[in-house]
Amino acid sequence: MPRIHDRGGWPEAGPINQAEHNLSMWEKRTDALLVLLASPTKQVLRVDELRRTIESLAPDAYEKLSYYERWITAVEALLIEKGILTREEIDRKAEEVGRRQG
Amino acid sequence: MSAKFKPGDSVRVRIGAPPGHFRTPTYIQGKTGSVVTVHGAFRNPESLAYGGDGLPKQFLYLVRFDQTQLWNQYTVSQQDTLFIDIYEHWLEPA
Repeated sequence: MPRIHDRGGWPEAGPINQAEHNLSMWEKRTDALLVLLASPTKQVLRVDELRRTIESLAPDAYEKLSYYERWITAVEALLIEKGILTREEIDRKAEEVGRRQG
Repeated sequence: MSAKFKPGDSVRVRIGAPPGHFRTPTYIQGKTGSVVTVHGAFRNPESLAYGGDGLPKQFLYLVRFDQTQLWNQYTVSQQDTLFIDIYEHWLEPA
C-alpha cells in the first residue's frame, strides 16, 4: 500500500494539470525561506528532513494542503522539533501579523 | 568503497516499505531494468531525513526500464522507456 505522497501510477490520478502556476508572494517567501534554512552556511534543516515531514502529514491534510502549504507546514514543524521556535512563539507572532494586516 | 553495478548491468529493484523516508517509489519496486550511469556515492537520504550523517555513502544509479514492463496495458509505444535514480541498497543483480 503506497503512502500518500508515493503517487506514481495511481490508477485514479487523472491527467496532470500542465498549466503554469503563478506563485503568490507568500509562496515565493516560503521557497526563499527553505533555501536559506537549508543553505550550507545556515544548515538549520535539510531537504531530506522537509520531505520526511511532508510525507508524515496525515493523508487528509496532505490532500487538502497546496504544494507550498505543505512546505510551510513542514518548515514550521521542523523548527519546533529542533527547538528553534515554540508553537506559542509562532502563534503569538502570527496573531500579531494578523492584527497588523487587519 | 566501489560501485557494485556498472552501466549495462541488469538490476531488479527491491520491494520494501521501511518505516521512515525512502526514495524508491512503489511503482518501480520489484521491476527489472538496466543500469545506464553510475552517478557516484552520496549520503543516504534515509538517514539525512532524521538528522543522521547519512554515512556510509551509497552509490546512486540511473536505471532504465521499459514502460511496457511497468504498466498494465501500456499502449503508447513499445519503445518507451523510463529513467529513474535508484540507490544501490535498493538494487540486486537480475
